Amino acid sequence: MKPKNQRLVLVSAALVAVLAAVLLAMWGLRDRASYFYTPADIAAGKAETGRAVRLGGMVEKGSIRHDPDGVTIRFVVTDGRATTPVTYRGIVPDLFREGSGAVAEGRVEGGTFVADTILAKHDERYMPPELGNLAAEHKAGKTLQR
Amino acid sequence: MIAEAGLAALWLAAGLAALQLVLMIGTLRGATDAGRAMRVIALVQGALTLVAFAMLLLVFATTDLSVALVYENSHSAKPFLYKVAGAWGNHEGSMLLWVTVLSVAGAFLALFSRRTGERTLIAALGSQAALALGFYAFLLIASNPFARLDPPAFEGRGLNPLLQDPGLAFHPPTLYFGYVGLSVAFSLAVGALLTGEVDAKLARAMRPWVLGAWIFLTLGITAGSYWAYYELGWGGWWFWDPVENASLMPWLAATALLHSINVLAARGALKAWTMMLAVIAFSMSMVGTFLVRSGVLTSVHAFAIDPERGTFLLGLLAVYVGAAFALFAVRGATLKEGAPFELVSRETGLVINNLLLSVILGIVFLGTLYPLLVEAVSGEKLSVGAPYFNSVAGPLALLLAVLVGVGPLLAWRRERRPVLKQLTVPALLGVTALAISLIIAPRIGILPRLGLTVAAYLAAAAILPLTGRNPLRAPLATWGMVVAHVGIAVGLAGMAANAAFTQETLAVTKPGERLAVGPWLVEFSGVTPTAGKNWTAVEGKLLATRGQGLVTLKPQTRYFTDPPTATNEAAIATFWNGQLYTVVGKSDGEDGWQLRLWWKPFVTLIWLGGALVGLGGALALAGHLWRLRRRHGASAEWHRERYA
Repeated sequence: MKPKNQRLVLVSAALVAVLAAVLLAMWGLRDRASYFYTPADIAAGKAETGRAVRLGGMVEKGSIRHDPDGVTIRFVVTDGRATTPVTYRGIVPDLFREGSGAVAEGRVEGGTFVADTILAKHDERYMPPELGNLAAEHKAGKTLQR
Repeated sequence: MIAEAGLAALWLAAGLAALQLVLMIGTLRGATDAGRAMRVIALVQGALTLVAFAMLLLVFATTDLSVALVYENSHSAKPFLYKVAGAWGNHEGSMLLWVTVLSVAGAFLALFSRRTGERTLIAALGSQAALALGFYAFLLIASNPFARLDPPAFEGRGLNPLLQDPGLAFHPPTLYFGYVGLSVAFSLAVGALLTGEVDAKLARAMRPWVLGAWIFLTLGITAGSYWAYYELGWGGWWFWDPVENASLMPWLAATALLHSINVLAARGALKAWTMMLAVIAFSMSMVGTFLVRSGVLTSVHAFAIDPERGTFLLGLLAVYVGAAFALFAVRGATLKEGAPFELVSRETGLVINNLLLSVILGIVFLGTLYPLLVEAVSGEKLSVGAPYFNSVAGPLALLLAVLVGVGPLLAWRRERRPVLKQLTVPALLGVTALAISLIIAPRIGILPRLGLTVAAYLAAAAILPLTGRNPLRAPLATWGMVVAHVGIAVGLAGMAANAAFTQETLAVTKPGERLAVGPWLVEFSGVTPTAGKNWTAVEGKLLATRGQGLVTLKPQTRYFTDPPTATNEAAIATFWNGQLYTVVGKSDGEDGWQLRLWWKPFVTLIWLGGALVGLGGALALAGHLWRLRRRHGASAEWHRERYA
């Protein structure tokens, strides 16, 4: 190859690579990004059945139930406007408690959220950023009720 | 006093960096000749940042609670190692470590780089000073690590217990050596673009820096992955967390750079391309730092949430990357392309390697930033995880692994021999692995199956460059390449085996009961309370057997009080053919406990592979340094003879 052609080929190869990366990424992101929903979003039917999503909210007081197998847990997540029942099989994080915030990864199946992973705030100071606003709203709501 | 001394050292270093930048501009314009002065300034600047960092270590070691940062992140009852490591286990401290490594790297560049042209070196030192200046400003304006607390506190707030682990104490420094080592490649590229001296000599001077940084990144990522594996207690070794991606992106760029730099060093070709990669590699380091340190992403690791700092870092990123790309746009086109090569040649092989790595980098980059973009544009929140990265980047990585076996067999410039013939044996091995996997495990996923196939092929293909000659006579750099490529095969085998063959059991178990997982029978003999220096724990005792021999495992759930947190300490038993991974969960209120057991065949190969890749890098580095030294020595001798 002549040096001039060589440069042309290299530049076009680089452009093709960039383009390929963007196209592949867009294709992948379109159906593999997992959206973050609150119970109100789920109640409004925003989450497609079977698609990987995240659910965030407060674990409702008095809602945690253990199945007889001891490792399946059922609870209700609320955002103050709607509630979503959640089932999870596994060991919940230690700071997962009634009345505190949690984010669950999983999918909606028949009105229930089946979680693969539960992320609670894992230290006292850490709050999943998505829950930041929610916690504030929650507090504000309580103050209003009072 | 100590804190003030640290702060003063930082201010002085910032002043010197500004001076260094001014001298660079003056010298390049021909107004002065300050090459010598700049070297001295770079050395003093490096020493000053070391002083500042030592002062920070000192206030942490003595738990000086009149320093705000110590109060926020330390506690007097912490083990000594974590008191010291706490110095960089937080935002301000880690940024100080970052700038210290940056300045010390600049000092080393001034001290050892005699192979670069004088003007290029001066420009590179100026660029390094410009980088340091921005981060000094960031520290002094937005994240002063030495800020005082008035009145002093009585007790600190403690360090996140997840970070209280010997592995993690040394993880950030290792990664930072890698991130910031790439700054030298960036500065040398900027310097060479300014002076127009982009040639093989520059590539040979830049290569040890790239290799060194890349080794640290490789080892840092490998160690970080193992840390996440045993410390989080989730049984996974890579979560595609943005913080993990932040370290993977510079690694991908540095891997591409380290391959293209060989073309420039050996053949003088791919000039503009290599300079571009040098700029991108360090830009990725800065992107990573921005992601981690600004707390913009949803992440289990992101502890810092502070918009002001994020904006500052984003500004720095924009200025440096923007300036470097603008310079590249102006100067890149004027570079003469080097020696031509034909379609079938080592050069083409390395170009394809670079293209694939760049595409993978692009995919990881877009996947990591996409949630940010969407949130900024539409306010919608989403996360991008393993399903995306594995299915989009995975096949490309496998394709790259196939080509890793081919590239090193090709000759520079043009290849006329039937090279593919040599790959018969590796290909047969791959096909055999595929056939065996189809017979013994017909139901595993397509990616793990192909992973096993490619790993078997590559393990054999990677050693071909050493065959057909006396392997002991092969250059050290060739050995390094072979070891690193074998490491990729080993790591790939581990990832595929773990994904394909892992078995899991989760159940509530009463003392005396048994659980089966894979070939293992595990008996639960109960829990006992136990305690450490700053934690209490519930410790389970498990007796595991697979026919013969008995292994005892003691997984714990630890409770820390400062701050109040609990962590799962998995108990892991390692065997030649895999790991038994056990976690104890919660009590069922009576005498039963949740137990989670995994049998992970050959999972250790993942980190062994990473270590081999790093070792390969170290061998190559040693080989190149040795050759440079000899060449340098020979020319000095020639000089002496000639002018004696």
